[in-house]
Amino acid sequence: MGKSISEALIEKSLFLTALLSCFIILVILCFIFIEGFPAIHEYGVVKFLFGNVWAPNDGEFGVFSMIVGSLCVTVFALIISVPLSILCATFMAEVANTKVRNFLKPVIQTLSGIPSVVYGFFGLIILVPFVRLHFGGTGFSILTAAIILSVMILPTIISVSYDSLRAVPQEYREASLGLGATSWQTIRNVTIPAALPGIITAIILGMGRAVGETLAVIMVVGNVAKVPDSIFAPARTLTSNIALEMSYATGIHYNALFATAVILFILIMILLVIAKYIQRKYSIDAAGGTL
Amino acid sequence: MKRNRIIASIIFIVIIIGGMLSLGFGGPERIDIVGSTSVQPVAEKLAEEYGINHSDVKINVQGGGSSLGIKTAHEGIADIGMSSKELDDSNKQDLKEYEIGRDGIVLVVNANNNVSDLTKDQLKGIFSGKITSWKDVGGSDNKINVVVREAGSGTLDAFEGIVMGDAKIKSDAIVQSSTEAVKQSVKQDENAIGFVSFAHMSNDVNAIKVGGISPTIETIADGSYELQRPFLFLVKGEPTGELKEFIEWTNGAEAQKILESEKIIKLDE
Repeated sequence: MGKSISEALIEKSLFLTALLSCFIILVILCFIFIEGFPAIHEYGVVKFLFGNVWAPNDGEFGVFSMIVGSLCVTVFALIISVPLSILCATFMAEVANTKVRNFLKPVIQTLSGIPSVVYGFFGLIILVPFVRLHFGGTGFSILTAAIILSVMILPTIISVSYDSLRAVPQEYREASLGLGATSWQTIRNVTIPAALPGIITAIILGMGRAVGETLAVIMVVGNVAKVPDSIFAPARTLTSNIALEMSYATGIHYNALFATAVILFILIMILLVIAKYIQRKYSIDAAGGTL
Repeated sequence: MKRNRIIASIIFIVIIIGGMLSLGFGGPERIDIVGSTSVQPVAEKLAEEYGINHSDVKINVQGGGSSLGIKTAHEGIADIGMSSKELDDSNKQDLKEYEIGRDGIVLVVNANNNVSDLTKDQLKGIFSGKITSWKDVGGSDNKINVVVREAGSGTLDAFEGIVMGDAKIKSDAIVQSSTEAVKQSVKQDENAIGFVSFAHMSNDVNAIKVGGISPTIETIADGSYELQRPFLFLVKGEPTGELKEFIEWTNGAEAQKILESEKIIKLDE
């Protein structure tokens, strides 16, 4: 009797903790939507989403340039970071011996321990002049931000893909090698495809961090609220827009910043759905015997 | 056993939080200071120093911008409003102004830039995008890279008010979120120009003379350097009690020392 009561109690409290995190997310969401709604309502959804002018002092709140800015910075960061990190994870999981692995792991984890303001400062002092010198413009650009972000998301993608590569059953490799495949053929045709769902999860996590990163991006992206015409042009991301102006904003400007957060939230949701779709498609391939 | 311990710790936490809340509501008298983010750090320093000898008063300093400072002071929400721009007659209303000092806006360029003197009109041209090359203002044949502050910043506000007038700052100017970031941007780019508050000026960037007058404590104090703004405390009606005491204290020797170390300049009488 006493046992079943304590069982039930534990079950209920576990359920409650699960409920609590959902509840917290819901509260935050409600808050963002309630605060952001007046701006979208007053300014007009279409004008807000596709308006090109962001001039809070003149009552203009078009965030289109920032949606483009956020997407560009994220996509270019992924283009740089994904091949690098997957190859690095493959090396660590499949090729390197224990000694090298034990050296590489903490080094890469250190990367994720560096505060973003340090990345930003490094970018401002070293990368911005470098980009200006070699590619022209002011040096504050999508490319600069993408390079900084790609370094910042490296550890996330590497460590999660590393784990999923290690989780591939040893039998798969043995079977492949036993059939006469070389080590590289095994990695390319067996191990990586089998670990693909995990690798895609890693990319999703990295992407999430890239979209959400604020401080480092603010320092190197230039924050110009204009649709960029090249990757060497400055841009403004959704997150940097919120962080830049939040400390002063009042009235409708304040609401417009929350509305920016709503857009950011929806953008991340869309990216997640796309990524989930890709993940499901490939995971069926991997488990369906096409190995 | 374990459960008892958990319950005990929960009760403990509740008591602590409850205690903190009740202390927050009761306790010492509060002075709320709200307004300009440029004045805010100075006001925080003053409040901190004042708190050392006046434990019966709790001073709460918040940003929000000059307009918010004027508004909340007028509505009586804040005891003191901070403004870093002159009040015009329409928003003076029933507010009493106390100038705690003045701050200069300094135009900065890279140390390797040979331009050292610009007029207000030239500045207006550069920041509005009409002048795009350093050649047009006596420098090298390079594009001018303009660095400004984010919308809502007190420094940007003051710069727009004093220099730009009705003209708009060009839309492709690089936006940086702090004085330090502006300085760093100028430091690493020979063709950049930006503006910072006089209090945050340092030697790693060059200050530009405006109309032949370089920004120094003397030229700001005697008013000959044009790009300057007041730091104002605004109080609705006649201050009384603790509030009066605090405001009088900001005029005293102790407070002046703090203002001096913050490079806030007292206007010549």
